[in-house]
Amino acid sequence: MIISRLVAGRSPVVRLAFLVVGLVLAFGLPWMIYPPVALDIAAWALFAVALDLLLGYTGLLSFGHAAFWGSSAYATGIIAVETGMPFYVAVLGGAVVAALIAVPIAMLSVRRTGIYFAMVTLAFAQLIYFVANQWRSVTGGENGLQGIPREAFGWDLADSFYFYYAALPLILVGLLIAWRVVYSPFGRVMVAIRENPARARALGYPVNRYKVQVFVISAFLAGIAGGVYAVGHGFASLQEVYWTTSGKVVVMNILGGMGTLWGPVLGAGIIVVLEDYLATAGIDAIGVVTGAIFVVTVLVFRRGIWGTAKHLLRSRRPSVPEADPQAEKPKSAAEPQPH
Amino acid sequence: MSEATQPAQLRTRGLLREFSGFVAVNGVDLDVEAGTVHALVGPNGAGKTTLFNLLTGFLKPTGGRIELDGEDVTGLRPERIAQRGVARSFQITSLFEELTLVEHVELALQGRDGLGYRFWRSDKALRRYRAETDDLLEQVGLIEHANKQAGSLAYGQKRALELALALALSPRLLLLDEPTAGMGVEDVARTVELIRRVRADRTVVLVEHNMKVVGDLTDRVTVLQFGKVLAEGPYEEVRNDPRVITAYLGENVA
Repeated sequence: MIISRLVAGRSPVVRLAFLVVGLVLAFGLPWMIYPPVALDIAAWALFAVALDLLLGYTGLLSFGHAAFWGSSAYATGIIAVETGMPFYVAVLGGAVVAALIAVPIAMLSVRRTGIYFAMVTLAFAQLIYFVANQWRSVTGGENGLQGIPREAFGWDLADSFYFYYAALPLILVGLLIAWRVVYSPFGRVMVAIRENPARARALGYPVNRYKVQVFVISAFLAGIAGGVYAVGHGFASLQEVYWTTSGKVVVMNILGGMGTLWGPVLGAGIIVVLEDYLATAGIDAIGVVTGAIFVVTVLVFRRGIWGTAKHLLRSRRPSVPEADPQAEKPKSAAEPQPH
Repeated sequence: MSEATQPAQLRTRGLLREFSGFVAVNGVDLDVEAGTVHALVGPNGAGKTTLFNLLTGFLKPTGGRIELDGEDVTGLRPERIAQRGVARSFQITSLFEELTLVEHVELALQGRDGLGYRFWRSDKALRRYRAETDDLLEQVGLIEHANKQAGSLAYGQKRALELALALALSPRLLLLDEPTAGMGVEDVARTVELIRRVRADRTVVLVEHNMKVVGDLTDRVTVLQFGKVLAEGPYEEVRNDPRVITAYLGENVA
């Protein structure tokens, strides 16, 4: 089947086809939908992919990624307001700030795994939220940081349509970095850590150091996304560092299919468009609708939309042998926990 | 295995490991000479796997010392011990279910060569290992499954992949925890043959229940019981030791 070859295939032709479709969509988006929404999709897509590096590829659920999206939103805004430099510089500066903040957070978080890791990252994100809320002179507290300029070499970027195209290269470079990381020797180690951290250590990989590195790369990319978002909206608010933002990007990953790169992009698109549609239609209970969709997705498509499509079509291909049922062995609790 | 390795010498003194009151390894003195094949045998619960986990850093000893070529490696982390040329296989098969066999071996090889941190490089860089990977998979009899996911292998095949992974590290000391468990007769024969071949330039310690394998392969045998060394010596000597016969071998060998 052609479709199954398309979705499940690993051939270069298939990858190229996806890339072309993705680029056409990326460049055509402001023609199809309201440009500010298009920009939101692009920013959230990169944010979701950034999280996917940790969640999908390394098996670490960060429930505090708003800390990096948000701290970059503020830092980008401050750089743009104070220096008046092109927004590209401001966004990259914001991303660097996010990555720097991520270093100590990562080093402390990776000492825990599973739900404890999620809780530690959440706690740090709440700490960042608290700082953003209290440090009014810098962040504007509850009023947010207002009046972030869309400055770049004197171009007229007042129209969001044009700003989208000005910002798109940043998003695409971010996505390119994520793709490079996943399909690198380093990316192999990430997956190995996800699948079996003890075995990875037995092969000589210092697992925690790798986790920190992925975490910081992820925070950097989340920072690019958050910075673009802040410049696009012209302000950075407490919402950017609030825990619901962390939750939303996790939902995008699970909805679209984590560990697939395309899935989180799809999830981001669906959530942003849906929220925009519901808000425009005057429906207040946005959370109820998106929440319901999320619940249904998790129940019906455990792997998310993209992940399920990939799995179904791949398992239908005859060239891939059926798994040997006897090979299924439950993971034993007797295996020692690495300290 | 193209790499020439210098076999390592392993020594423990008074090695101790308690689990909340239960002493799993109780003052074990182990001497494994460089270049030998050394078997650890003993009834279930004798502390063999715990000893392996201590030797490879997966458990920290409660007391005692571990020396590798005379250097103290007690309490080092698993990855540090691995980097010193100690590779292990796991008793309970421990693989990366979603990775293919080729990817498994490449993972071990790229770690050995320090490629792991290269997040800016294409994984096409790993094609350099093509010949070495094929060679290893050939040796353990898995070449025709090279591009399958490890999760789809049968149990005995997973054991063989464990062995390939350990060998890919070109270890100086190879620790094999029940390498032939769950294998059919043919696979056991091939594994024995393989161990015999790879022992040339390394030290091998294996936990093994199959006494024929032990007899065929090993230079020395250490018998453990209740976390202590019950007897130690060449296989022929140990198997005739009356204490050993009563403790363990009696049922299997007599």
